[in-house]
Amino acid sequence: MNWNAIKAIYRFEMARTFRTLLQSIISPVLSTSLYFIVFGAAIGSRIDQVEGVSYGAFIVPGLIMLTVLTQATSNASFGIYFPKFIGTVYELLSAPISFIEIVIGYVGAAATKAFMIGMIIFVTAHFFVDLEIAHPVWMMVFLVMTCLSFALLGFIIGIWAGNFEQLQLVPLLVITPLVFLGGSFYSISMLPPVWQTVTLFNPVVYLISGFRWAFFDVADVSLVWSVVAILVFMGACLAAIGWIFRTGWRLRS
Amino acid sequence: MGDILTVEGLTKTYAGGHQALKGVDLSISEGEILALLGPNGAGKTTLISIVCGIATATSGTITVGGYDHARDFRAARDLIGLVPQEINLEPFETVMNSVRFSRGLFGKPKDDARIEEILKLLSLHDKKDSRIMTLSGGMKRRVLIAKALCHEPRILFLDEPTAGVDVELRKDMWEIVARLKETGVTVILTTHYIEEAEAMADRIGVISNGEILLVEEKDALIKRLGQKELFIELSEQIETVPAGLSADGLRVENGGLVYAYDTQGESTGITGLLADLREAGLHLVDLSTRQSSLEDIFVDLVKEGAQ
Repeated sequence: MNWNAIKAIYRFEMARTFRTLLQSIISPVLSTSLYFIVFGAAIGSRIDQVEGVSYGAFIVPGLIMLTVLTQATSNASFGIYFPKFIGTVYELLSAPISFIEIVIGYVGAAATKAFMIGMIIFVTAHFFVDLEIAHPVWMMVFLVMTCLSFALLGFIIGIWAGNFEQLQLVPLLVITPLVFLGGSFYSISMLPPVWQTVTLFNPVVYLISGFRWAFFDVADVSLVWSVVAILVFMGACLAAIGWIFRTGWRLRS
Repeated sequence: MGDILTVEGLTKTYAGGHQALKGVDLSISEGEILALLGPNGAGKTTLISIVCGIATATSGTITVGGYDHARDFRAARDLIGLVPQEINLEPFETVMNSVRFSRGLFGKPKDDARIEEILKLLSLHDKKDSRIMTLSGGMKRRVLIAKALCHEPRILFLDEPTAGVDVELRKDMWEIVARLKETGVTVILTTHYIEEAEAMADRIGVISNGEILLVEEKDALIKRLGQKELFIELSEQIETVPAGLSADGLRVENGGLVYAYDTQGESTGITGLLADLREAGLHLVDLSTRQSSLEDIFVDLVKEGAQ
């Protein structure tokens, strides 16, 4: 294992994050704060409690997930797409490293950044609502697992993408709708029965449900299913990445 | 010295069916400078890309410093540095950070003193904190070289180092290569400028259409260059070299005599030949000389290869 290579990639990516601090960190925090004001304060004051939790607090896990998912995906996809775009990928391919180092470096940095933003939003939420965490350890586990698995997905998107439009396509057309429809702002039990069943095919439901359970001890689906869902998703991404590097798909001619 | 790089039976067929390399064999000795000459699309960059791990070979084996290029890829790639043809650099990074990244990527621990030494060697030191996008084209090319050298490779590939570069910078590049040779680095460069191969290389390889047509010591090639031919037109057409003319390098061509001689030699033998001609009773109508250049040799080879 080439640890110096992992460190080099990780540092390089983190440096990029801090160089673009405004765009990387401040803007997601600002947009989440706007959600709190609109959904939590303005609309939430007219909604009763959801499953025994005030509406303002109820949406906190969903909002964190919304941002973390999008950030992890877009950071990792941009991180590996940019070297392809400007041609510096030749260095990654000619270095004495295997895909393991490349993935740990890029995915690790993207996940770290998403985790940081998730934590900042978590702290920011305290300014708007009262929060008490039922299972803090599980909360961290879910957050880290989500950061990692969606960074893996982003990495795949970045390798697949042939232009900037394709790079935005999946986050915009797939992830955002899945998160919005995955119970970020409501409990699944509030839906008509037919839609409750349809919703169960949305993988994000399991993430948000598990994450919310860690916060408030209430869940839409059982904890076991949440954990299984995230592990399956992560395994699928890892398998896809393994295949990409074995075949050199979109990387080596 | 032993071979540091051997390529055997290397082929590359692209998905579209285009055969870019048709069984390339090549051995490079440690410490030498080899120039690969070839027209555009000859397979130069494909060959380099495969050796450096950027492209995959269809078949063939590559050994780098005794390591199998596929099985021991880490050990093999550790010995190689690559300066690509295109200026592929992260525009927003500083020179220092970009070079640090490359060093780390090749598994070497942080060593800014070593990097600064390399930057000095390339006259880049005063630009170390500049962002790459603020540098001139020539400086960017030096950054690429610094990135390729920062993990202290034993073999350096320079893919068209002076393509689209002005004359002054080209001379600088030649000087840099000479300095690298002094440090013991083996250099393999591709070019389509014959002048460049002449200025830098110990050996010259000619590649065309995916095949190596020739690999020869530069001096031997230059010697062939030093050969000049004297064409003697006689009043009567002849078919064989007349008796009484004993000079070496004499042959019949188009009914006249052709005499090849070495301009660098002690004597050309022309005076003697002319005396012999008079004695044999042959009358001269006209004399002309011609010199084949490396360019001619190159063009002939490439033409033959194409047939």
